[in-house]
Amino acid sequence: MSFLVDSVIMFTSQVLFFGFGWLFFMRQLFKDYEVRQYVVQVVFSVTFAFSCTMFELIIFEILGALSSSSRYFHWKLNLYVILLVLIFVVPFYIGYFVVSNIRLLQKQRLLFACMVWFTFMYFFWKLGDPFPILSPKHGILSIEQLISRVGVIGVTLMALLSGFGAVNCPYTYMSYFLRNVTDSDILALERRLLQTMDMIVSKKKRIAMTRRQMFQRGEDQNKQTRFWEMIKSVTSTQTGSENLSQIQQEVDALEELSRQLFLETVDLHATKERIEYSKTFQGKYFNFLGYFFSIYCVWKIFMATINIVFDRVGKTDPVTRGIEITVNYLGIQFDVKFWSQHISFILVGIIIVTSIRGLLITLTKFFYAISSSKSSNVIVLVLAQIMGMYFVSSVLLMRMSMPLEYRSIVTEVLGELQFNFYHRWFDVIFLVSALSSILFLYLAHKQAPEKHMAL
Amino acid sequence: MATLDRVKILVLGDSGVGKSSLVHLLCQNQVLGNPSWTVGCSVDVRIHDYKEGTPDEKTFYIELWDVGGSVGSASSIKSTRAVFYNSVNGIVLVHDLTNKKSSQNLYRWTLEAIYKDSSPTGIIVSNGEYDREQFVENPLPLLLIGTKFDQIPENKRNEVLTRTAFLSEDFNAEEINLVGLLMAGFTDRKRFNFKSLHYD
Repeated sequence: MSFLVDSVIMFTSQVLFFGFGWLFFMRQLFKDYEVRQYVVQVVFSVTFAFSCTMFELIIFEILGALSSSSRYFHWKLNLYVILLVLIFVVPFYIGYFVVSNIRLLQKQRLLFACMVWFTFMYFFWKLGDPFPILSPKHGILSIEQLISRVGVIGVTLMALLSGFGAVNCPYTYMSYFLRNVTDSDILALERRLLQTMDMIVSKKKRIAMTRRQMFQRGEDQNKQTRFWEMIKSVTSTQTGSENLSQIQQEVDALEELSRQLFLETVDLHATKERIEYSKTFQGKYFNFLGYFFSIYCVWKIFMATINIVFDRVGKTDPVTRGIEITVNYLGIQFDVKFWSQHISFILVGIIIVTSIRGLLITLTKFFYAISSSKSSNVIVLVLAQIMGMYFVSSVLLMRMSMPLEYRSIVTEVLGELQFNFYHRWFDVIFLVSALSSILFLYLAHKQAPEKHMAL
Repeated sequence: MATLDRVKILVLGDSGVGKSSLVHLLCQNQVLGNPSWTVGCSVDVRIHDYKEGTPDEKTFYIELWDVGGSVGSASSIKSTRAVFYNSVNGIVLVHDLTNKKSSQNLYRWTLEAIYKDSSPTGIIVSNGEYDREQFVENPLPLLLIGTKFDQIPENKRNEVLTRTAFLSEDFNAEEINLVGLLMAGFTDRKRFNFKSLHYD
């Protein structure tokens, strides 16, 4: 009986999450586009719903809600469904939509989509070989094989995003890094842009006029029959066409220049807006946060290096360690069991909520930046895939943040994965990503003022 | 050669509706083989004999300024686009007949072009509600063009045509529907019937 009640609760919450994913899709991601393929929307919402359900199960685990056997059942069920979606459904549809966009392959869309999917599966399987993820006693088609690979991809993504985010966040927040842009800079650049456009226009007018004259002369020539008139016309059209191709080349070069000038002007406008924003109260608040985050970022990089160098993996989670410290060093006595449950609930809850929110915001920004009406379906599906893998590996890594008694369910369900490997892998990729982001941002920052010196 | 009078026309519309292809077709009399995103603005020129055959005949350069981007662009992009909207003689609005959103976005495009002096969010148009008064005082002639008509299945064509008729009435604009044929050979060949183009 309790199993039925629990199932109803789980199902209701899944429907709620599905609705939220649907709304997010309609209102945020696709608000400028027409949704024609409902399958994309459904797939996205389903991925979102099942990912959130996993987090919900962790919370229930900590709170002790629902009976333990039904929790275990739902864990298994959820995991199977998510793996099914991430490995079979989403890649197939990505392949299908990519193939649909290429006109050559329109006729045999399904065939090519299947071929793409098989290629994906091949590389997916090969991914597991270089990593010491599994103990050899598992068979080929066990769930651990699939999860381990999904986990590797997801953890890599998480570490890349965290590394870049940890560095980029202080860079964007702090106004120390803002270049100085004045109104006259912008006006000068705009004037250059308009001059270039005018030059393009006048050259195109010459081309059009020359072509029109050639055309008219060509018509007149049809009426002439004299031999030497024809020779004269040949030579004059030849010089005409030589002239034409030269002007055309100049036009192409000017058009390229105009595009670059346009992008530079956009950049200047954006910087000017950021400068204005930084003068407001909100801007000052973010500036302060930026200093705080830069210290946090440096600390994280330091810790990651220590972890790798000294080959150290944390055995206890922050909550227990925090409680130990307070009990042992500060001498404050309180009910460990009671508090550890609540504190870990709050901590895990915060981690979940901020990571979901952060991911959705990043996805939205990314989507606006690179999508167009042709590729929007493919991009949404790719984002759904990333989101699913990110959430699965969050569950993997979150195991470390929970006290021992709650880790058991995750360990039980996910099987015998080498969890330590994942943490080490996360640290390595995080370090690599953070350092390369620092390098990249440094180069970009250095290069920009030089461009404006040339004006 | 530059002594002919010039007429500057803006070609506005969402990404991917076919503005660059349209401009290329009008000016080069050929189909654009590989359309790609327009970054910034691309201009093309056509020589037009106004009132051909009559004693009033005059030859003009028609400059078609094809501005790229979408209405949802960042405000830095919108401020940069505003430099192209100076001294415009007319506006061609292009929308995709298979995509309703692109027609709705045309209101915002027109407002952006006409009220380029005020900030981009100065006049808010929400989801189809708008003020016809704004377009009545508008001195610029507007032309509404719908593309990709052939990609609409037969049974929906009437519905689409009535919708666009309302749209052109709202704008007080002339309307033309373009037929684009996707043939074997991977090229878009666009056949269209022009009624007449007239400018102030």
